[in-house]
Amino acid sequence: MKVPAAFRNTKGIVGAVVVLTVLAVAILAPLLIPADWATRMDMRARLSAPTWAHPLGTDQLGRDLMFRVLLGAQTSIFIASAAVLMSIVIGLPLGLVSGYMGKTTDNVLMRLVDTLLSFPALLLALTISAVLGPNLQNTIIAIGIAFTPFLARIIRGEALRVAQMPYVEAARTAGNSDLRLITLHILPNIMPVVIVQATISLAFAILAEAGLSFLGLGTQPPDASWGLMIQASRDYLDRAPWTALVPGAAVALTVLGLNMFGDALRDALDPRTRGEA
Amino acid sequence: MVGDQTPLVSIDKLRVEFRGEDGPIVGVEDISFSIAPGETVCVVGESGSGKSVTSLSLMRLVEFGGGRITSGRLGFSLNGKQIDLAQADTQTMQAIRGDEIGMIFQEPMTSLNPVFTIERQMTDGLRVHRGLSRSAARARALELLQQVRIPEPEQRLKQYPHELSGGMRQRVVIAMAMACEPRLLIADEPTTALDVTIQAEILALIDRLKRETGMAVLFITHDMAVVAQMADRVVVMYRGNLVEEGPVERIFADPQEEYTRKLLAAVPRLGEMRGKSAPEPMRLVGETASNAPVTPIDVDPKPLLQVHNLTTRYPVKGGLFRRTIANVHAVEDVSFDIPRGQTLALVGESGCGKSSCGRSILRLSEPTSGEVLLDQTDILALSSRDLRRRAWRDMQMVFQDPFASLNPYMRLRDQVTEPIRNFGIHTGSAVEDRVSELFDRVELPRAFMSRFPHELSGGQRQRIAIARALAVNPKLIIADEAVSALDVSVQAQVLNLMMELQAELGISYLFISHDMAVVERIAHRVGVMYLGRLVEIGSRQQIFENPQHSYTKSLLSAVPVADPTKRNIHDDLNFRPIPSPVFPLGYKSKPSTYDEVAPAHLVLQNEVGLDAAPE
Repeated sequence: MKVPAAFRNTKGIVGAVVVLTVLAVAILAPLLIPADWATRMDMRARLSAPTWAHPLGTDQLGRDLMFRVLLGAQTSIFIASAAVLMSIVIGLPLGLVSGYMGKTTDNVLMRLVDTLLSFPALLLALTISAVLGPNLQNTIIAIGIAFTPFLARIIRGEALRVAQMPYVEAARTAGNSDLRLITLHILPNIMPVVIVQATISLAFAILAEAGLSFLGLGTQPPDASWGLMIQASRDYLDRAPWTALVPGAAVALTVLGLNMFGDALRDALDPRTRGEA
Repeated sequence: MVGDQTPLVSIDKLRVEFRGEDGPIVGVEDISFSIAPGETVCVVGESGSGKSVTSLSLMRLVEFGGGRITSGRLGFSLNGKQIDLAQADTQTMQAIRGDEIGMIFQEPMTSLNPVFTIERQMTDGLRVHRGLSRSAARARALELLQQVRIPEPEQRLKQYPHELSGGMRQRVVIAMAMACEPRLLIADEPTTALDVTIQAEILALIDRLKRETGMAVLFITHDMAVVAQMADRVVVMYRGNLVEEGPVERIFADPQEEYTRKLLAAVPRLGEMRGKSAPEPMRLVGETASNAPVTPIDVDPKPLLQVHNLTTRYPVKGGLFRRTIANVHAVEDVSFDIPRGQTLALVGESGCGKSSCGRSILRLSEPTSGEVLLDQTDILALSSRDLRRRAWRDMQMVFQDPFASLNPYMRLRDQVTEPIRNFGIHTGSAVEDRVSELFDRVELPRAFMSRFPHELSGGQRQRIAIARALAVNPKLIIADEAVSALDVSVQAQVLNLMMELQAELGISYLFISHDMAVVERIAHRVGVMYLGRLVEIGSRQQIFENPQHSYTKSLLSAVPVADPTKRNIHDDLNFRPIPSPVFPLGYKSKPSTYDEVAPAHLVLQNEVGLDAAPE
């Protein structure tokens, strides 16, 4: 298969490399590293700065941060991707239908979305998670539902704009059914916004998982997740800043890579930029 | 007019480049010309010719758009000395911009800052360049508004741009450009976004200010008719190079270069169809298209399309619960017929309802009342399912903006195939054959089929839009400003294609346009719309040679003629702004009643805000 031109420039390459690396770590680390390396406590080296024994330092219980970050990747990446995927699966059709149909349909759907929006996303996720019970699957559902209204709102606005473009009207007079109009003419034209929003949402989802974990509803200690690690570092920022920096850097790097990857993906899908280097 | 003093501006071998992905892109390759004091030089060319880049270079504004003046001299005589603007530093340029050189931009809607009052925007420049006090600057602003003939200038100073009409805004922009009595005024397509009557006023205003103040004008335009009305000298540009330069009479009467001849040939001149009953194709130099009249098709006595008392109103929503608080009367009791194989043109200014009328017939906008019969089928009574299956199989639309009417994510083949498949016109391999045939028909190479819209020029895209409309073998095509966005030579080609298709396939057109000269060439019948009403309808000859309604007359008198020996734009033009079409709920409008002044030539009796229109 030919590599699209958008992935042949620096930004596209860096984005793809970072995303693939993070994915590889998330999948391979649990297979290659024994699980207890992330939970093994070294009480003589609590809050140790990076040393040869602990290249990235240790946390307040003397657990090795390098292994925690590597093993925590799976939980964080899996929860975030699954939650964002869920919010897209619900929010995309919701926004498309609302923006395209307009009138009563739009009013009903958007009032529903407004209701969800009126709760802070974290509070909403917290409530859902509390009701459903704390486990991995419910954390995903909670975050996924909490993120849906934002996505639905943005997609609805884009769909509304695109639905009024002359090419959609022309396609309508060309005899296309509503379904074909939405899927063939409106959807491809709003994909750039969906991709950008999805990459941003992934970053927030990683942090949202942290928030839930902190309140005891997400990942349960002693298991590692990036969000849990950032939360745990809160009390030691002055004495051991690396406890925050290590998982923070992992989140930042992932988000940066995702943004570059998302931009390249958007360009690769757009016929206007597909051919250019 | 052209004195023998030293020129005010002398551009010498100007070259401007823009940064591109694969090395520099040349915007202007090699341009040299000069402007004498008090002279109007029109730079004319099609899109991409570099005419705007030239004017922006003179202001050194081109650098803000990523351009770079790579070589050449921009001589400007300042206080008796010649300085080179290409080498001038930022401070010198700031002192020159707005003071020595004033500029008017194309879009009056965006060239004023929406958050400041007119007074604030007008006095800023005066206080910076002239060091005037607040009250002195205000007095000068008032004086300027009077100079550009804005009614109630004191009121205007307190207003914000959105409270003024497009024409008023452009007057304010001109007043601002005139504030420091510049010796050179650069006008970059200043009337392109305006309606024809407002264009006439603005052109007359610029011409009067030039005569009164003795400033020179550099006028950038794509419109040869405007050139003929305004220019002392003409510079013709093509792809970053100067093609020809000379006095306006000479350029029009005796063009030396092939490109100039082509450009001039493609321009329709209002009035040149006098005495001819049938439409004629546009002239194209260097193409073998015959100039013979299009053979008229036998007119079927039963009209193809009958529109009776069509009324379309759009609700104006407001208040806490977004209830309907008023109605826009977009189309008001309009009736007309279109016979098979003929073209009815709907003309009028923006907001007159001509587009709404076309959209209502297709039911892209739902009409409020009335009757639309296509081949005796009542279109307005169809269910939305039947509308899709039956009405749109017989009626198609070509939209104005070729850049917005094709889906950027879909290959051209698929866009033309869609209607064929959706309407089940062909199946199997016949579909592919039909698409190839359609590409041949609109004179596009078949290799374009697998391309995407962005790979085509505006004219080529409009051909695709026509191919898509033709795919279903429609009886009627509604062309809403279908050629307005195209360069004049491309416009002529697309129009000729449409006329050929009409002659061969017997298609009827509803041709919606603001361009009277184009309409005069291609229409069989013409309807003039004003404020939602059809004020006059008749054969092309009746409307153009014997207009009866005062609005039709004023519209025709405002059209610039592409002939420098017939200057019809005078300072005494003063058209009324179009009144608001917004009416309160429950407003009972009177039915349209017409006088038949000649067979099939109808003139509206109703008063529609025209009581004091000029003769």
